[in-house]
Amino acid sequence: MFNAAEMSEIPLTSSVSKGCFVFKSASKKRKRHVGVEVLPSLHQLNKKVLDSLAEFIKKHGLGCSSDNWRQRARETPTAALMLGVNVPDHAMTFRSLCNLLQDSVTPFVVSVHAKECAAVKLLIQKVLEQLMGRGVSVDEEQEDDTALLQRTQCTISALCQWYKTVTKSLPVVVIFKDFEAFNSQVLQDFILICSRYTQELPFIFIFGIATSPSAIQHRLPHSVSSLLCIEVFHSLSRTQHLASVFDKLILNSQFPFKLSSRVIQVLVGIFLYHDFSVQNFVKGLQFSMLEHFKSQPLSMLCCQKQEALLSAKTLSKKNVERIRHLPSFMRYVETQEPQEQVQLLTNDEHVKVTLLFHNKLHVSCIEKNLWETEEYDSALQLLRILAKDELVAALRKCAEILKSTKILQNVLQQLEDFIGRLEALEGVSSEDSSGNGIISGKMEYQRTDLFQLQKTLLEKESRRTKRMNPYEVLRSQVIEFIDSLVREYLTPAELQPLNEVCYYSSSGVLRQRLNVTPRTSIQAALSHPFYYLQNESLKTDAGTISSAAPDLCIVYKLHLECGRLINLYDWLEAFLTVMSAAEDQDTNSEECGKYDSLKHARFIQAVSEMEFLGFIKSTKQKTDHVARLTWGGC
Amino acid sequence: MFSSSSLPIQPLCIRIIQPSNLIKRMSVTLQCPGYPEDTLRSLAERLPCRETQLATLLALMGQPDQYSYPSVFIYGHRATGKSHVVLSIMKDLELPHASVDCVECVSSGLLFHQVLSAFFGPDAAALLPRCPSLSDFVRLYKQMSSNSPATQTRYIILDRAERMRDMDFSLLPALLRLQELVNDNVTVILLSEIVWEKFRPNTGCFEPLLFHFPDYSKAELVQILSWDHHPSYTPELYASYINILLGVFFSVCRDLRELRHLAVLNFSKFCEPLEKGEAKESDIHKLWKNIEPHLQRAMQTVYLREVSSVQWEQQQMDEKEATTLRVLSAHAHIELPYYSKFLLIAAYLASFNPARTDRRFFLKSHGKIRKTNFLKKHEKTSNHLLGPKPFPLDRLMAIFYSVVDSRVAPTASVFSQISSLVTLQLLSQVGHDDQLDSPKYKCSVSLDFILAISRCVCVCVRLLDLLALSLVIQSQVVRQERSLFTAVSNLHLL
Repeated sequence: MFNAAEMSEIPLTSSVSKGCFVFKSASKKRKRHVGVEVLPSLHQLNKKVLDSLAEFIKKHGLGCSSDNWRQRARETPTAALMLGVNVPDHAMTFRSLCNLLQDSVTPFVVSVHAKECAAVKLLIQKVLEQLMGRGVSVDEEQEDDTALLQRTQCTISALCQWYKTVTKSLPVVVIFKDFEAFNSQVLQDFILICSRYTQELPFIFIFGIATSPSAIQHRLPHSVSSLLCIEVFHSLSRTQHLASVFDKLILNSQFPFKLSSRVIQVLVGIFLYHDFSVQNFVKGLQFSMLEHFKSQPLSMLCCQKQEALLSAKTLSKKNVERIRHLPSFMRYVETQEPQEQVQLLTNDEHVKVTLLFHNKLHVSCIEKNLWETEEYDSALQLLRILAKDELVAALRKCAEILKSTKILQNVLQQLEDFIGRLEALEGVSSEDSSGNGIISGKMEYQRTDLFQLQKTLLEKESRRTKRMNPYEVLRSQVIEFIDSLVREYLTPAELQPLNEVCYYSSSGVLRQRLNVTPRTSIQAALSHPFYYLQNESLKTDAGTISSAAPDLCIVYKLHLECGRLINLYDWLEAFLTVMSAAEDQDTNSEECGKYDSLKHARFIQAVSEMEFLGFIKSTKQKTDHVARLTWGGC
Repeated sequence: MFSSSSLPIQPLCIRIIQPSNLIKRMSVTLQCPGYPEDTLRSLAERLPCRETQLATLLALMGQPDQYSYPSVFIYGHRATGKSHVVLSIMKDLELPHASVDCVECVSSGLLFHQVLSAFFGPDAAALLPRCPSLSDFVRLYKQMSSNSPATQTRYIILDRAERMRDMDFSLLPALLRLQELVNDNVTVILLSEIVWEKFRPNTGCFEPLLFHFPDYSKAELVQILSWDHHPSYTPELYASYINILLGVFFSVCRDLRELRHLAVLNFSKFCEPLEKGEAKESDIHKLWKNIEPHLQRAMQTVYLREVSSVQWEQQQMDEKEATTLRVLSAHAHIELPYYSKFLLIAAYLASFNPARTDRRFFLKSHGKIRKTNFLKKHEKTSNHLLGPKPFPLDRLMAIFYSVVDSRVAPTASVFSQISSLVTLQLLSQVGHDDQLDSPKYKCSVSLDFILAISRCVCVCVRLLDLLALSLVIQSQVVRQERSLFTAVSNLHLL
């Protein structure tokens, strides 16, 4: 998946500016960074479920000899691996599962895909190929053996014979990557056949299921499912998966490239509304990064701090000029003293110095949670009703974060002070039982959703303003403090000077590229050919047809006026009329009605192109008519 | 090639009348000339409750060197001992036989291969050409049998013979009179769970001998199941355990294999009071009280494979924690992207509502429609009983846009969601012709599923209304369907 991103980088070289060459290597580095960062994180996420799967297989691989009765019942151990609906995302999971099993449990791992197994024969062939092919490749007699495989019957009994020669008594794992897509008859037959050989050949199945475990029961009758001993394994839910990727990549201070809130909305929207694909999300992230480095020359400053400082010192004159034109920088300049303003606008060196300074500030801002600014209100509401111990815990966490940054030392001091006071309160608040009761009551509310909570909170707040226990007084103080703190330091990213360097914000481009609308663009191309061809002669008023437009466009426009069935002759007539409209002025009228074989041929071609595009099809209802396929009936 | 000399043979049906008492059955002594008597005796001991079938089969087979009937068709329910009896006879009496499971024979070539290699060794089977035809097989068989003619009757046993019907249409009729074709002392035994009437080809064929294996009665099941009693307990205790087990399961399951599986699974639980010293072996009532609810629970879980047998055992081990296992069908919830849910709802509505009513349900300003003849009579009766109806893509999208609460651009990802719903088999595509040619779909999920989805999607009240409106018409039908469904599933269990 990362190769695709690599390829799309090619157009970058067209840029001549020196800065671009600098950033090119930087962007490459960054991109690889994304890859390096995400891959292990995904592995980590699935590690738990994969480990439990391996454990399951180990257990069954060893235990098969000990419990005799199960052999009699011919039950094959089966793991149902729940992976969520996005099937393309599963490839990586299965790859790591395969590797894990081959490394730690058994070399005999086969994974099959529904597409390659339309019949039992093909499925068995696939299994045999993967198992025996792998085994013999070591013996350097590959050619002979594959020939032998073709010669020997493609049956499980042949596999049995092969298994006896290997004699490792390790289980044979068959992974069905997309269980839903398998033909149920094929699956049933395969399971029946395998169950005949369980004594000699310890099979273990893994079903990769995208929907729900009940899919097994829907697909297999009782006589077959009674041959399986099914255990369900759940992988992380898709949204959890995304959240952890989010933490790793976007809310990470190590990673200088940032997305504006709009862009994040687009990416998360695609994820939640359309595909649930973490892979696509990462791709979108990579794409926006490439776009950023491509479209914003100043993005060369978007890298680790040391590198950024270094490159800031060596900024070319052109790039300094670019900085001056940045809207955020102009805003910043306006807030400065007049003398400073002049200096900023004239002296390159001065700009560079301020830039260094800002860079520092900027990094510190980024380190805070970006989302707090956006969901600030709700977060604050939540803070207001936090019970004491939770508040203390939250503050402790804040203090720890601040300790690591070393910038906001005085804030840290204050925070610790608050924590101390809160802890001191412990004795007092325990006496005030009524207050505590209310607090614990609220704790329960917290578990319900935020909306409900806010509502009840507002009611209670209004009722209870008279009597506040010391804890609540202190709490409101804390909240005020945090509020002021946030307002001071966490200004929205868009207002920060030089935000353009690190923030990618063109959500429109991203939406256009990632969430394409083929139908709209075809319609746009056909009804407004000027939009794509950029030929002045094609510019027309809405609703009219230019005779200069391509034949296809004319035919398309004409067909929009028809109902479900289109008479070909009438269509041709209308087409000829439009075609001749341009020539009408200089030719006499008698030629007009004549059949021109060239025009006829052009019409036929245009109609067949329409058919190819899927707008019309031939119909048997009337021989000289074609049927519209797009909204013709309405 | 079918010689006219063979007599027109009436289908001969042998029905075994169940002897009423066990004693009489035990007294049946096998006397078949040509076979060693002590082997026969041990065979009869190993096949309890199947003595009569054994005797009849042996009588049919005749003496080893005599020609036997060309083909025998044995049928009976699952786990009534068909293959077990036949294969035991073959193995114990050391008769030349080829046993083939037809599920495995994905091509007829495999069947020929297995038969030839069983009778004449793998070298003979290797002589078969790449895609052997029936005549190849017959030719090779003749050639081989002329070299080594049968001194004893050779048997070809075809398990799960119903699969033969899916193979080459000439295969079954040819195998039924193989004896004639190859001129050898060979008998084909077909084993199947379904009756011969479902096999008979249109063109007619040689009628095999029909032979029915009846289900085991309750007493017979007790007798067989009591065989594998636990060594550390008395056989009487195990027999009473089996009686209790059958008391619970006999009404739903008569499959010997399943019953045996269940018996093994639950025996340790049954013995628990004994091991703790809370009850004695004679305390049957106490033991029954202990095990009965447990077995009831087993019927709903492990028997239906909602819970795997390993998990079931695990649960028995740590009973104290009272962990309730999540059964398989409890995870019915499917996480779907937001628009996919709406697409699925739209597909459901399109599948179960007549297209005529769309205007009324989905247009905000539909004209007045007179209520009396709003639905035609045949539409009123059974939308759910008829199952989902196919609908074109256009209609799906139109309903989708009217159902979804925000403006949705017709992006590629919306359309690709439809195809991924098809891969997940939540929708199914009807007719596999050209994609350009206005594809049609069917919704293949249940009402409950749609209701669950719309419950978690529905912020907009309108959609709920819509669903309610369109479902009110069908609710009557749904209720009928439910009762029918439960009746059918009960039938299935019986």
